[in-house]
Amino acid sequence: MTERLVIIGNGMAPGRMLEHLLDAAPAAYDVTIFNAEPRVNYDRIMLSPVLSGEKTYDDIVIHDDAWYASHGITLHRGHRIASIDRDAKTVTSEGGITAPYDRLVIATGSNPFMIPVPGKDLPGVLAYRDLDDVQTMLRMAERGGRAVVIGGGLLGLEAAAGLKQRGMEVTVLHVMPTLMERQLDPAAGYLLEKELKRRGIHVITKANTKAILGRTHVQGVELADGTQIPASLVVMAVGIRPNVQIAKDAGLEVGRGIVTTDAMQTSDPAIYSVGECAEVGGQVYGLVAPLYEQARVLAAHLSGDTAPRFVHVDTPTKLKVTGIDLYSLGDFAEGDDREEIVLRDASAGVYKRLVLKDNVIIGTVLYGETADGAWFNDLKKKATDVSAMRDTLIFGQMFQGGTQSDPLQAVAALPDDAEICGCNGVCKGRITGAIRSKGLTDLDGVRAHTKASASCGSCTGLVEKILKLELGDAFNPAAVQPMCPCTTHGHDEVRRLIRAKALKTIPAVMQELEWSTSCGCAKCRPALNYYLVCDWPEDYRDDYQSRFINERVHANIQKDGTYSVVPRMWGGMTSSSELRAIADVVDKFDIPAVKVTGGQRIDMLGIRKEDLPAVWADLGKAGFVSGQAYAKGLRTVKTCVGNTWCRFGTQDSTGLGIRLEKFMWGSWTPAKLKLAVSGCPRNCAEATCKDIGVICVDSGFEIHFAGAAGLDIKGTEVLGHAATEDEALEIVVALTQMYREGARYLERIYKWTKRIGVPEIKKQIIDDLPRRRAFFDRFVHSQRFAQVDPWSERVSGKDKHEFKPMAVVGYQEAAE
Amino acid sequence: MTIWIDIGALDDVPLRGSRCVATPTGKVGVFRTADDRVFAIRNECPHKGGPLTEGIVHGHSVTCPLHNWVISLETGEAQGADEGAVGTIPVRLDSGRILLLRAAIAAKAAA
Repeated sequence: MTERLVIIGNGMAPGRMLEHLLDAAPAAYDVTIFNAEPRVNYDRIMLSPVLSGEKTYDDIVIHDDAWYASHGITLHRGHRIASIDRDAKTVTSEGGITAPYDRLVIATGSNPFMIPVPGKDLPGVLAYRDLDDVQTMLRMAERGGRAVVIGGGLLGLEAAAGLKQRGMEVTVLHVMPTLMERQLDPAAGYLLEKELKRRGIHVITKANTKAILGRTHVQGVELADGTQIPASLVVMAVGIRPNVQIAKDAGLEVGRGIVTTDAMQTSDPAIYSVGECAEVGGQVYGLVAPLYEQARVLAAHLSGDTAPRFVHVDTPTKLKVTGIDLYSLGDFAEGDDREEIVLRDASAGVYKRLVLKDNVIIGTVLYGETADGAWFNDLKKKATDVSAMRDTLIFGQMFQGGTQSDPLQAVAALPDDAEICGCNGVCKGRITGAIRSKGLTDLDGVRAHTKASASCGSCTGLVEKILKLELGDAFNPAAVQPMCPCTTHGHDEVRRLIRAKALKTIPAVMQELEWSTSCGCAKCRPALNYYLVCDWPEDYRDDYQSRFINERVHANIQKDGTYSVVPRMWGGMTSSSELRAIADVVDKFDIPAVKVTGGQRIDMLGIRKEDLPAVWADLGKAGFVSGQAYAKGLRTVKTCVGNTWCRFGTQDSTGLGIRLEKFMWGSWTPAKLKLAVSGCPRNCAEATCKDIGVICVDSGFEIHFAGAAGLDIKGTEVLGHAATEDEALEIVVALTQMYREGARYLERIYKWTKRIGVPEIKKQIIDDLPRRRAFFDRFVHSQRFAQVDPWSERVSGKDKHEFKPMAVVGYQEAAE
Repeated sequence: MTIWIDIGALDDVPLRGSRCVATPTGKVGVFRTADDRVFAIRNECPHKGGPLTEGIVHGHSVTCPLHNWVISLETGEAQGADEGAVGTIPVRLDSGRILLLRAAIAAKAAA
């Protein structure tokens, strides 16, 4: 019979344990998980990139709902376990669910330690532990103001850097004389402090917090020496305590953590413990690598293999703050029996220190340049005698053996058992083995099969180099395709960084994201211009030199260099006076061709560039505005005549089409956006192959999207149903805004949809009303700056230089 | 004697932009790059005759608006895999004025 396995806690350690267990013995257990957090398993190491804006929650989910479902695992979210009954072998949650177990895993993790000072319970005082903390910080940061971070360790500094990047004024209080004293020696701590100060973060060391000030909400922090620091947000990151209460109540043996054997078994043989709550070999652990090792050992035991045992290994520490490279490993205290090798380069901000004992590396601190960390770690782990290369050891691996200047060579030279991914304990041989045996070709494949680079991501560069070595030119490190040859960043990364770093000009983007060209190219500049227009509608000044000619002169260039002009005909409706005005313009400017377009409007072709402003002036007098038939933006809204005329019409489709067009005209989108509204399911306006389409029915409006009828042909997907015109408009607009914010430049809505999935879009636009409303509001805000008719602007003289030659050199002048 | 023709002020040409000059021998594109240098080339893409002045200016190149050929402003040659070239016209800057070499824009008429 299948045994029942119950897990208390759904963090990274039990998540990893389950992965191993399902690999080794997929059908051995009936698994039930109780998670106090209302979420799936996500990567807590990546909370700092979420805080700084470099990643989103969705990016850091490890197991999504589908994963639990496909493995038949029952996950109770938001259920804290209240008690364990060891005699009856059951657990009971605060919500009243009781589950029987044959084997139980306690993985309750740890609680943040809150310093017991007055005011520690005030609103605005937070720990830095889970996604709720991060979301609260993000909300507070939106209001700006000052933050104090208590604790200058790994977590505290990542929180400080993130809050600073989010625009807060940040002070770090640290009780010791130098930062990160557990991982860094004083010299590296000093360099780190200097770098943080350069970034505008205040650092106060030897700071003893006496009280947190405020009555209804935190207002500041008072130090023992009487200094007061105003703050509307206080983050405590001074350490963690294993969360052992439930084990203690159940009568299990508890020390600092829940005491286990090296097979992760507690004093009750049916109960195991892994993660930050477990104490093994007298130690509790907080970094992910040893916790994943515990997970591996426990999974083996649960699947019947009792050989693996947990053995202590030093874990390297890295700081996840963009632009600060820091690596520390092992024991670097001074001592009579130890020697050290130090390299300093003050101007480059580089500091390296190796601590040796009996000609073997026992500790390493690297600051500013950490590429050799893996190599030093390898030498330490194998206790390699370094006396032969001592003189040049500190210069790193490339220096050994002479002339290797290619960074690939350094990776090529690593032995197969060299550790590449510290978080997951993956060595080089396992990666090359997986690449060969599974035929992997990209980073995602390596992550899926080996877990390397799947946690904190700091070894991504190494993994990519291994791929490169294995596959040669067949490896395109563009698992993320770069935007263009000017950058290594993909579109999504650039979009995220523009927001996270609040970059508001094209030069700022190119500087901060290290563009390799001085002013970009014809591919990246229009994309960046769009991203900035979209993200900063209020602040960004549109750069016309970065727009394609059609958007620069607001007409469509033709093969002979003349232009075509298409005025808006709202919803495809027109009138005798409009038609007369068009006829007059055609005659007056001797326009050679007039064509009815597929989008229910009229196109005048073959207009000389010099004539454009005069053509627009005449059209403007008749009430026409630009149809933006040239724009990566809202084009037409095609309609049928609806219930105004048609005997089958169910709603006023023409009216809704006109309303949509009047609401949305002028908006820039990643690629062109064409809409249609049909008055009944006979669908005369062909709404089911449009970017966004509406089909009117008796009960309201069906909203469709992601159709295509160009290079590709594709029917639309159904997004949802709206009961009223107002609701239909809100959904269409919110969807457009989601697309504007999320898609890559030139990516049509159906391609974007294919990439992120229809369910995700439904979730955000149909199920999540506050989110829909927020998208809608952002679109409305943006329209305040976008709805200016470009034709009338140019009739009034804007960009005059565009429409006439700079000079005309006559025969006389030019004659020799 | 070398004769130069004044065709306008540097500031008449937008930075990273271009203007066109009509001459008896056809249109000439005048380009001003991000580093404030000025180039002049025949305004006809060697591919299908596209008006290069309507392209996006980047580095010392312009991308043709019709089919995205990239043309070097310095040599007039197509970049990358494309082959072809347009004529270049010597330019001189003199106290904020742009001057074109008369012989270059009159070349065809004289021939």
